[in-house]
Amino acid sequence: MSAIVEVDARRLFCPLPVIRLQNTINQNPPGTRVRIVSTDPGSINDIPTWCRINGHQVLESVEQDREFVFLVQKGDDA
Amino acid sequence: MRTRKAVALISGGLDSLLAARLIQQQGIQVEGINFFTGFCVEGHTHAIRNRDRSRVKRNNALWVAEQLGIKLHIIDIVDEYKDVVINPKHGYGANLNPCLDCKIFMVRKAHEWIQERDFDFIITGEVIGQRPKSQRKRCMPVVARESGADDLLLRPLCALNLPATRPEREGWVERAELRDFGGRSRKPQMALAREFGFEDYAQPAGGCCFLTDQSYSVKLQDLWDNRGSREYELDDIMLLKVGRHIRPSAAFKLIIAREEGETNFLSGYRHQFQTIKTVSHPGPLALVEGAQLDAAQIQLACAITARFCKGRDAESVELRFSDREQVAHSIHVKPLAADEIKQDWIIV
Repeated sequence: MSAIVEVDARRLFCPLPVIRLQNTINQNPPGTRVRIVSTDPGSINDIPTWCRINGHQVLESVEQDREFVFLVQKGDDA
Repeated sequence: MRTRKAVALISGGLDSLLAARLIQQQGIQVEGINFFTGFCVEGHTHAIRNRDRSRVKRNNALWVAEQLGIKLHIIDIVDEYKDVVINPKHGYGANLNPCLDCKIFMVRKAHEWIQERDFDFIITGEVIGQRPKSQRKRCMPVVARESGADDLLLRPLCALNLPATRPEREGWVERAELRDFGGRSRKPQMALAREFGFEDYAQPAGGCCFLTDQSYSVKLQDLWDNRGSREYELDDIMLLKVGRHIRPSAAFKLIIAREEGETNFLSGYRHQFQTIKTVSHPGPLALVEGAQLDAAQIQLACAITARFCKGRDAESVELRFSDREQVAHSIHVKPLAADEIKQDWIIV
């Protein structure tokens, strides 16, 4: 399995974490896994919503020490 | 016959939601685009302030897209948008809001987007007479013409009050199914929302841009005036959303956190600014925007900052003043009394 692409979105506010994730997803082929770390609590809603409407899958989401970590897999039809 | 494709400008408000649904209902494939200018009112203050962090604010554009079941493309236009804010051809509204130029710019970007992706036309939630600056009847053709979209720009909510566009003339959409909304009343939109089964949509009256806010515009104008230039970076316009802004002289401005969340946020800028933090009493972090302060200016900046700490009535408060290299100096001051902070220092 290919390496996970890391995106650091700490200290960015909505919708910039989503934009960083979107731009990374767009630059990679279907199946790519992207791990994004955000400090904006809005990410809790925004990143899963953006993934649902655009056909990507959130494989994991973890909150620790005021950071929100999502592992996302790019969808086949996206 | 191939399925026609439209891109909808999705602000997150009710009008763009309804406009997109009207076109979806005609069998058109719709996708959404949403532009991030840096001035968008999208929960930044909620995310920063401690008391609000537990009440997470949704991104309305994403919410609208999910209600519609469409893809949403969020486009960062912070750098390109500067020219719209700094040099609006059609001028500003009541504050520093360049609404007409903004609309033209966004439709132009949408037009470029559809050309690159083989989409057929653009839809917006504009309603004639809804907004005083950008949605007057005489502005509608200006937006279409100056954006370059021309008759590929369809406003489904007020289309019956406007000449037929190409999607209507070509039969891609049925003109009779569009609407003739006009004026400032929201009742037709609310009725249509009920008809479509939409509830819990964003309340439309608040606007979606900080540039329509008087207090924010005053802070931005102050920034420009004192910098001698209207240039700005994203950090500049983010910092205008946070804290108390106090300018005791032309030489410097203080940005003083109002609570712990803002202190945490401002501390992320400590390498870019001189900073002041109370030591002897619980209190805020302040950023100092300006050249390196001299001794008298440091005393004044610390006395102002001390006014907003728990020791505001103490005879002496200890603060830590740090320069940009993080070299710290211990400063002792008597906090200014409330009436010693002049009203014209406070930027609101």
